[in-house]
Amino acid sequence: MSAGDLAIDVQQLNKHFGDKHVVKDLSLSVRRGEIYGFLGPNGSGKTTSIRMLCGLLTPDSGSGTCLGHDVIRDTAAIKREVGYMTQRFSLWEDLNLRENLDFIARMYGMRERRRAVDEALENLGLAARQKQLAGALSGGWKQRLALAACMLHKPRLLLLDEPTAGVDPKARRDFWQAIHELAADGISVLVSTHYMDEAERCHRLAYIAYGNLLASGTAASIIEQQKLSTWSVSGADLAALAQQLQGMPGVAQITPFGNTLHVTGRDEQALAASVARLAENSAQRWERIQPGLEDVFIALMEGTAQS
Amino acid sequence: MKGFSWSRWIGIMLKEFIQLRRDRLTFGMIIGIPVMQLMLFGFAINSDPKSLPTAVISADNSSLARSIVAGLKNSGYFRIVREISSEAEADRQITEGEVQFVVHIPENLARRVVRGERPALLIEADATDPSATANAVSALSGIGRTALAREFTGPLARLAPLPDPLDIRVHRRFNPEGVTQYNIVPGLLGVILTMTMVLMNGLAMTRERERGTFENLLATPAQPVEVMTGKLVPYILIGLLQVSLVLLAAHFIFHVPMQGSLLAIYAVVLLFIAANLTLGITFSTLARNQLQAMQMTFFYFLPSILLSGFMFPFRGMPGWAQVLGNLLPLTHFLRLVRGLMLKGSAAAELWPDIWPLLAFMLVVMAAGLRFYRRTLD
Ligand SMILES: Nc1ncnc2c1ncn2[C@@H]1O[C@H](COP(=O)(O)OP(=O)(O)OP(=O)(O)O)[C@@H](O)[C@H]1O
Ligand SMILES: [Mg+2]
Repeated sequence: MSAGDLAIDVQQLNKHFGDKHVVKDLSLSVRRGEIYGFLGPNGSGKTTSIRMLCGLLTPDSGSGTCLGHDVIRDTAAIKREVGYMTQRFSLWEDLNLRENLDFIARMYGMRERRRAVDEALENLGLAARQKQLAGALSGGWKQRLALAACMLHKPRLLLLDEPTAGVDPKARRDFWQAIHELAADGISVLVSTHYMDEAERCHRLAYIAYGNLLASGTAASIIEQQKLSTWSVSGADLAALAQQLQGMPGVAQITPFGNTLHVTGRDEQALAASVARLAENSAQRWERIQPGLEDVFIALMEGTAQS
Repeated sequence: MKGFSWSRWIGIMLKEFIQLRRDRLTFGMIIGIPVMQLMLFGFAINSDPKSLPTAVISADNSSLARSIVAGLKNSGYFRIVREISSEAEADRQITEGEVQFVVHIPENLARRVVRGERPALLIEADATDPSATANAVSALSGIGRTALAREFTGPLARLAPLPDPLDIRVHRRFNPEGVTQYNIVPGLLGVILTMTMVLMNGLAMTRERERGTFENLLATPAQPVEVMTGKLVPYILIGLLQVSLVLLAAHFIFHVPMQGSLLAIYAVVLLFIAANLTLGITFSTLARNQLQAMQMTFFYFLPSILLSGFMFPFRGMPGWAQVLGNLLPLTHFLRLVRGLMLKGSAAAELWPDIWPLLAFMLVVMAAGLRFYRRTLD
């Protein structure tokens, strides 16, 4: 793969805050037109990594390029071509919707500013409320406005930090549809999220915990790599069962999923034996299932938390 | 400047305008501060205070002495609160601020006047606030004459003494320099500008940082120079508005003379505003939050008031304080504006106070650009 095909290509990025090592030797490559999911528990360094990619933070060490521009030296060029949506709402609450978008358009020196802003408002479905102050929007609408703002200047790479946090399901679906359309046009997207369904909609994923990149690849390959075996159990008295399972050989984690319980472990045989013992004289129904991304991520997270 | 974009610059300026317009509190402050200060200082300056508490020590019981005391009362300026007999008591009263004046009437006043000896009538004045006593003092000599004219009527008219029969001596205590009232209005101009310009601009950038919008601004291609200077413009206009308010009040309410050209005054004001704004925006690049910016502003404001010659006569300060004072823009601004308003100074006479302002601005701007955070680190 030639470098020209990579929208993001960084190696060994490190970042410290004081003596806290927040991002450790992060290497990432995101292809052109790819939707790349960025997952990890709270405080794992996702936002910090994204900020380093768009020049808002200077890495302590490491190197790489973003859209072909050096992430250390060429931050001005990167800023012009990247659309960054912050995790926390960072547009101006005392400007109205149009003024916010207009300001952003000016910052990027856009021609035909008026039309671009009109279009964005129209797409958002907020044209009628354009005179409303951004601070008066509901949380979900703020997210959607911020998203529209960071796409306004038609960037070639989008860095989205939890863009759909607090957004309703319909809007989320629209958002992902739009993202896939953009990707089809060759725009690359790095998106951080805590939602598993969103993770599954990404072409590839990276999972980071406590600054370490623990897994990356397609959802299927990540699940594959972890070699987990998972059982789903349904029936009565699941809470008591969960108590019982705790600490049994082979059982690494027990996660309630609605009316079922997922029991996951790395040691397939030990887990199967434990399950067999419990299943013998009980009314619950046991079923071996494919582990999902969530099972894998929880396993990864607990694995690093212990170490 | 590499990559400077006027369109971005205009964008930043417009945004600041809009935000300012919506920020009622700040807007209120902009109008409120000059009005409030004018009221506070203005009344002390020129309201021509009357009925000032006065004590009389009289060693003479003649009708002439009584007539003088009556004259003091009738002038409206003096309110005789007590007659006292000992010098020590008089001293205590004036020192503690119980009375503003002590009038000493010497022994045998009437007789000595008749003999044409021009006896001295000593008036001690608490001149801590010279503007408060100035008019009263100037009314004194008239009072003496009127009282005498009243006494020496009829057959005594012949004795009517010399044109100026009393030697009225005013002893100004506590503030011998006697700063005049006109000094204060131009000073007020500088103080108001210093306070509001540094403060408001000090908050401009820290506000962005505190609200998290700085991250968005940083992620755009906007350059430090564009942001810093673009944010200044609305405040320059505000400063000019404040100045106009004060000048109008100076002219119509306080009748301060205007010797120099208005244009020159505005030019000087503009320079001073720019210097203060630059300092403000530099403070705001250094401060982590609005509170810190506020503290920095007051840290700067205090010496500006104390050492610039606004509060105390500049020449009266010790050498080191004068050196410090000369580093402050307000010092030079006061000289410039007083020169222009009261003396009608010419351009060449102004230059020694203009270049320090320019130098101050350049140095501070350079520091601001140096400390402007280009990243979130
Ligand atoms: N400016 C900063 N100064 C000091 N520490 C910081 C700073 N920014 C982030 N950190 C620390 O770095 C770590 C990673 O933070 P980061 O915001 O990158 O996590 P995240 O993965 O985005 O978390 P979340 O899912 O909650 O958004 C955290 O422990 C955080 O406390
Ligand atoms: Mg984050």
